[in-house]
Amino acid sequence: MNERRNKIATWVGFIIILVWCLLPVVWIMSLSFKGPGETAAGSPHFLPQHWTIQNYRDVLGFGSVTPGQENTNNDFLAALRNSFGIAAISTFLSVIFATLAAYAIARLDFRGKRFVLSLALAIAMFPVVALVGPLFDLWRTLHLFNTWPGLIIPYMSFTLPLAIWTLSAFFREIPWEMEQAAQVDGATSWQAFRKVIVPLAAPGVFTAAILTFFFAWNEFVLALSLTSTTASRTVPAQLSFFVGPDPFNPPYGLLATASVVVTIPIIIIVLLFQRKIVAGLTSGAVKG
Amino acid sequence: MAVIDMQNIVKKYGDGFPAVNNVSIDVKDGEFMILVGPSGCGKSTLLRMIVGLEDITSGEMLIDGKRVNDLAPRDRNLAMVFQNYALYPHLTVYENIAFPLRLAKVPDKEVDEKVRAASKTLELDEHLERKPGNLSGGQRQRVAMGRAIVRDADAFLFDEPLSNLDAKLRGQMRTEIARLQKRLGITTVYVTHDQTEAMTLGDRVAVLKRGLLQQLATPRELYENPGNLFVAGFIGSPPMNFMPVTVEGTTAKLPFGDVQIPADKAENAAGRGLLMAGIRPEHFEDASVMTGDRGGDTFRARVDVVEWLGNEAYAYIPFEAPPEVQKQLQQLERDLDGESLRTQLVVSLDGASRIKEGDEAEIWINAAKMHLFDPATGENLTIDREHAGRVPDIAEETAAV
Repeated sequence: MNERRNKIATWVGFIIILVWCLLPVVWIMSLSFKGPGETAAGSPHFLPQHWTIQNYRDVLGFGSVTPGQENTNNDFLAALRNSFGIAAISTFLSVIFATLAAYAIARLDFRGKRFVLSLALAIAMFPVVALVGPLFDLWRTLHLFNTWPGLIIPYMSFTLPLAIWTLSAFFREIPWEMEQAAQVDGATSWQAFRKVIVPLAAPGVFTAAILTFFFAWNEFVLALSLTSTTASRTVPAQLSFFVGPDPFNPPYGLLATASVVVTIPIIIIVLLFQRKIVAGLTSGAVKG
Repeated sequence: MAVIDMQNIVKKYGDGFPAVNNVSIDVKDGEFMILVGPSGCGKSTLLRMIVGLEDITSGEMLIDGKRVNDLAPRDRNLAMVFQNYALYPHLTVYENIAFPLRLAKVPDKEVDEKVRAASKTLELDEHLERKPGNLSGGQRQRVAMGRAIVRDADAFLFDEPLSNLDAKLRGQMRTEIARLQKRLGITTVYVTHDQTEAMTLGDRVAVLKRGLLQQLATPRELYENPGNLFVAGFIGSPPMNFMPVTVEGTTAKLPFGDVQIPADKAENAAGRGLLMAGIRPEHFEDASVMTGDRGGDTFRARVDVVEWLGNEAYAYIPFEAPPEVQKQLQQLERDLDGESLRTQLVVSLDGASRIKEGDEAEIWINAAKMHLFDPATGENLTIDREHAGRVPDIAEETAAV
């Protein structure tokens, strides 16, 4: 009896949280299937009265182009490409650097280790907005303004601390014996690291990768300030240029569609990486 | 096949504390050497210095006559089984065993042959495709051994390999390790804190205490001729009984009464005042179950507790010790990782003995087997040096003369 009540309560809580989290998402998806007439209506229906995929055609640049929005169509695809490229490269580099740094922090005893760690944390706490001005000037001088590296570098420096902290926690969990066993078995330090430590830290690596990718994918302030054209502007920044012809009547449908399109890769990536984050991967390595 | 020669090995940590202090041990080719001692005696540190996971502060580590002090572990060609096995959880049992071969870039066909041979020896055939996480403790232990035997290592090193297994499995694996070692005939160094493992497995046993080698001898020599109080108390279960004694002529005055000891032993103890007598539990017997006259003395004492095990019984007889001896005994207990609450005699009686708790019993004592120790230095005064292996203090003294 008690057990059943528990079960029911669990499900009720479950549904409340699901509705709470997913309602805005469903609303955006519903918006993306509505025509311009419906989104502008005074009292909108939750679901579209007339389903249309015109918004998707427009955003992705297929088929007939809605008058007055010639630019945005191709721009969105360019922005999507920028987002992918910049996020992927930042993630890749950030994870590699973080793995090496975290390994050193977890394994080696060197002077100033605490300093490095606290400095990393301090960087993570630094407000991004405060850097926009200086970076803008610096990047213009260095000709990094409106380029991919111009975004990749700050993204890396803001995600590295978190990645290092996450990964060094994972490395610390791995028994040192694993590595020593590998060395006795004939491995060099590098082989021990690559063949034993990194596979064992894989959940940590993927966690760090997801966090980094999210940050780079969603980041708005730098993406807006350090870019000027679609040569390097990412999707979040590009969305702010979806204004449409009428300033009092934003293209809600198109914005919603773009949001949906930009969310889908994130979902795919999370599902993909999540499989790799297998809890308890190290179980069985050592007794107890 | 290898000879491992440790010469005056010292290991000092950052704070200057010597974890291993001037230890010299020679492991012969094919020999099964045990390093044994209570926790913190430096036995694991010594093993890790052999394999190269720990730097050597001073001294020489020679493998087959070649100095290896500065060689990386991978260049020493030794195989080690870790206390917690240290299996690679992301690899199957097969790949775990094959790991050293893969690193050595052995061709796949040869890898397969060797892994299959090792798994057959260790009866791991049906587990080859499983991950270590799905194995029981004993199976993991065997995988760890498989990883060691698959390569043609010069020597095996074991770091308390059985301490994580339950009692029954430990007994089985102990026999298994002994069998494997005998069959492969490979030089082995085995670290344990368990004196049973030390006695049953070792060709020779090195007893360590606080980084110092106490005695290096065969199990029998250690048991019959312990070099000092510490070795005497460490080897044997239940442990040797220690009690105060003064020797006058050939009469030893024990707390329970006077007994006669052999003249040669008495001679070594002459004029030394208060000494420590050590007698193993099996050198006592219930006088009433003994047939024939075996000589020796008897004494009467009140038995406090009796533990009857069927084939034998342990009787506990408390006694009062003078303060100076008591202090020494407490120190000894601390060295042995134990804690003695009272001074008592443990005697092993025949299973047929009818002595009950609270009885006043007549106990026979085989005083010829008694050892006499100097309470200040712990040195065994009645040692038969011909049959005591190497006791470093004696060796040093001889060298000085």
